[in-house]
Amino acid sequence: MQNDGLPAKLRRIRALVRKESYQIIRDPSTILIGVAMPIMMILLFGYALSLDVKSVPVAVVIEDTSPVAAELVAGFRLSPYFKTQVTTSMAAAEELMLERKADGIVRIRQDFSRNLSLGKAEVQVLAYGGDANRARIIEAYAQGAVGEWTARRASAGEAVFGGPVNIQSRLWFNEANDSHYYLVPGLIVMVMTIIGAFLTTMVMAREWERGTLEALFVTPVRTDEILLGKTLPYFALGMIGLALCVLAAKFLFDVPFRGSILVLTVASMLYLLVALGIGLLISSTVKSQFAASQLTMVATYLPAMMLSGFMFDLRSVPVAVQVIAYAFPARYFVSLLQTVFLAGDIWAIVLPNAAVLAGMVVVLLVLSVRATRKKLA
Amino acid sequence: MTAADTNAAVLVGREIRRTFRRSKKETVVALDKVSLSVAHGTLTALVGPDGAGKTTLIRLAAGLMAPDSGDLSVLGFDVVREPQKIQDRVGYMPQRFGLYEDLSVQENLDLYADLHGVGAKDRAARFPKLMEMTALGPFTKRLAGQLSGGMKQKLGLGCALVHAPELLLLDEPTVGVDPLSRHELWQIILGLVKDQHTSVLISTSYLDEAERCRDVVVLHEGKVLAQGPPASVSKLADGRVFMVDPPAGQAARGLQARLLDDPAIVDAVPEGGHVRFVRARGIEDTTVIGPLRGLKFAPVPVRFEDGFMTLLHDLEPTKPSVAAVLVQPLERHGDDVAVEVDDLVRMFGKFTAVDHVGFKVRRGELFGLLGPNGAGKTTTFRMLCGLLPVTSGTLRVAGLDLRKARAPARQRIGYVAQKFSLYGELSPVENLEFFASAYGLGGERRRQRIDWALKQFDLESLRNLTSGQLPGGYKQRLAMAAALLHEPEILFLDEPTSGADPLARRGFWRRITALAEQGVTVIITTHFMEEAEYCDRVAIMDEGRVLAQGTPVEMRHLAPKREGHEATMEDAFIAVVQEARRKEATKTAQGAA
Repeated sequence: MQNDGLPAKLRRIRALVRKESYQIIRDPSTILIGVAMPIMMILLFGYALSLDVKSVPVAVVIEDTSPVAAELVAGFRLSPYFKTQVTTSMAAAEELMLERKADGIVRIRQDFSRNLSLGKAEVQVLAYGGDANRARIIEAYAQGAVGEWTARRASAGEAVFGGPVNIQSRLWFNEANDSHYYLVPGLIVMVMTIIGAFLTTMVMAREWERGTLEALFVTPVRTDEILLGKTLPYFALGMIGLALCVLAAKFLFDVPFRGSILVLTVASMLYLLVALGIGLLISSTVKSQFAASQLTMVATYLPAMMLSGFMFDLRSVPVAVQVIAYAFPARYFVSLLQTVFLAGDIWAIVLPNAAVLAGMVVVLLVLSVRATRKKLA
Repeated sequence: MTAADTNAAVLVGREIRRTFRRSKKETVVALDKVSLSVAHGTLTALVGPDGAGKTTLIRLAAGLMAPDSGDLSVLGFDVVREPQKIQDRVGYMPQRFGLYEDLSVQENLDLYADLHGVGAKDRAARFPKLMEMTALGPFTKRLAGQLSGGMKQKLGLGCALVHAPELLLLDEPTVGVDPLSRHELWQIILGLVKDQHTSVLISTSYLDEAERCRDVVVLHEGKVLAQGPPASVSKLADGRVFMVDPPAGQAARGLQARLLDDPAIVDAVPEGGHVRFVRARGIEDTTVIGPLRGLKFAPVPVRFEDGFMTLLHDLEPTKPSVAAVLVQPLERHGDDVAVEVDDLVRMFGKFTAVDHVGFKVRRGELFGLLGPNGAGKTTTFRMLCGLLPVTSGTLRVAGLDLRKARAPARQRIGYVAQKFSLYGELSPVENLEFFASAYGLGGERRRQRIDWALKQFDLESLRNLTSGQLPGGYKQRLAMAAALLHEPEILFLDEPTSGADPLARRGFWRRITALAEQGVTVIITTHFMEEAEYCDRVAIMDEGRVLAQGTPVEMRHLAPKREGHEATMEDAFIAVVQEARRKEATKTAQGAA
């Protein structure tokens, strides 16, 4: 019963892909998740969210009225990283900190100038620890400010106290210390996860809920065709998302791109297939949209956000968490992305990560074909 | 079953057993040693109460499930070993046909044609025929989601028919479909069997539909009670079916209720102002039956329904008392008007959903609102309950103007929505407690009302289940109990019996007639035309307008006369709606010319 040269199997797949495409185009919620959400995320991550610390409010307590102390305070005042409020009592500074009007306290004790001449001067730095990351940054900035002041004194031929000496710090690959450099590539992970896993499980669960699959099952269609009919359109949608992110990275946020487009595309395709595989696997057992969205959120979206190294450096998390992170595909993809964008095609990093993703693709697709049955119970 | 029968059968099941696990401990037997066969080129009906196993059996036949034990072969293929071969050849319409609502009528049909590998030539021959059959021709570009309920069912049937299946499996295709659409669906099905010799297995809870089939299989709690031509079931009630007139000045439903409660009676229904009843087996003298004393009755021909009710009665001869008793009957206010609707209009954008509707319902009256899907019944209901503002017109409920005194009016009404709208995760008691609080009941009164509801609606035994786990009939009871907690004067019921089996519907109406007797005004919509017989008066609506109103007897007179066949409520309904649509069409045509 073939009439246009295509084998029956391909015609069925084509029919399913066409059906799915109509649904994507006509259902506002799919468009919302598939296209509007990536754009929103690009804008949100790009403009609103920044992990850079600038103009931190700090309270400077001057208990020593000597000119050297005033000079040190001026160093803080002139730094672009701080917004200083000068007080003369520790109590007032603590008050500011409690009211969250200051994120740090720099205390110059009464005996500062005397100790300085003895070579054991100390500057006390207190940082608000509620946000550990930010606290550590403040600490480092304060050290830097003190260091600069020391350097200035040294160049003027003055005595240098034996505190932490002039730490030369430089950030590799992110010379501009611009968080967009790693946030925007990280965004690709989020967008791919949402389209690949989240959207796929939702549309599959919708088919279970509306009973459309039940009618579809009692036709010559095979399970692999149903899965392929779902995979192809969302794969295409995911690639559109990728293109949007790359364009935004390049033209909106001037993120450097040092690797090759080919490596980026192949890596993204692999990750997208992994995400689709997870989505289809979840769909084979979870048949309500509510449960599917919960499970996908926990199994894919949150790990992609927290455990991929995109937002939090995996080297600074406990070993147990590091081990867990190896189980999630997002980690490998983030390594690939950061390398391709910021360092170039470093094969020693690209190949092993890509290999792990490829392995996951095979395992997940085989599992989802096995797990999906044309059965209701 | 002879060998010849088996050869000609398209579906043969032997000792099929299928169980489901409801929870860790509990296993439900859906089908228990079911043996059946469906003959080639015939129409076979699967009938039985809710939970009888009809859907499970059809899903097994479609290869969507495997039996725990026993054999089932469809078109010569075993459902366990070769489900794909069956799925290549049958047409299947699940209870809720999964149409793709974002796809147009044509795109849905094309999808199924593609999946079934129907070539361009076959398509060219088949599609016009399907369009003619389903009358969907003018709507091919419309999205399936925007079709009315009846049209959706027809499209579902069309999708199942694109490849000219050898066997058609239909799971309650007429549930929730208005009489007119139901009539049209049946024309299609009967035409298929007659002209194309398609074999059809159809499950239904409409017993008049079973009567149209060559064979029926009566299922009850997973077991086959009877199998054979419908007449073989009807025969069971032979000589025990009578028609009786109620005492002068009394409503038929009063006598019907008393008869239904009598142990010597199997079944009783109001019909055309009379009461039709089936006497129990083993009772020789009908005159001694209490409620019938002094009344004249005459034997009438048996129907399938009589035999079916006899079969169920044989299993459970004792009937639980199902009449709900109010704590104190509402006072009768003579001819007081409970609901008054005048010139009511509701627009949705440019679309007029309710078009200058007017009717009056007296206190204690049982008023039925009938009409096809999309006639404006639910919209009217929502306005009456103050859930939807009116566009224009007046609306008085319990003497209060709904436009001015919405809150006090709401205190006096109870509303049971079409869909189960209680919290599925809460237990029945928790649901009742919630609704009691919502109505502002507290302390002792609240406790009393909840106890009353549990007792009157027989929900005590199921208090440990969540409401979502309740069997269909019980959900319905719980919804009604919740709507009655605050002792409303007026009860609104929107298609309460849709999808319910005959037994559950009897129990439901027994409660409603009892409430009406105690002074509660009841306004109800239904798709079961025979249920209109319980009403004091009915109104038939279509396309937002009231086409006719009056007593059920008056309505029957609107049906065309047919030889040797008394007009039914359904005939009257179809005649009224078709006549109005014809007039409308000529008016439009004249307007255009």
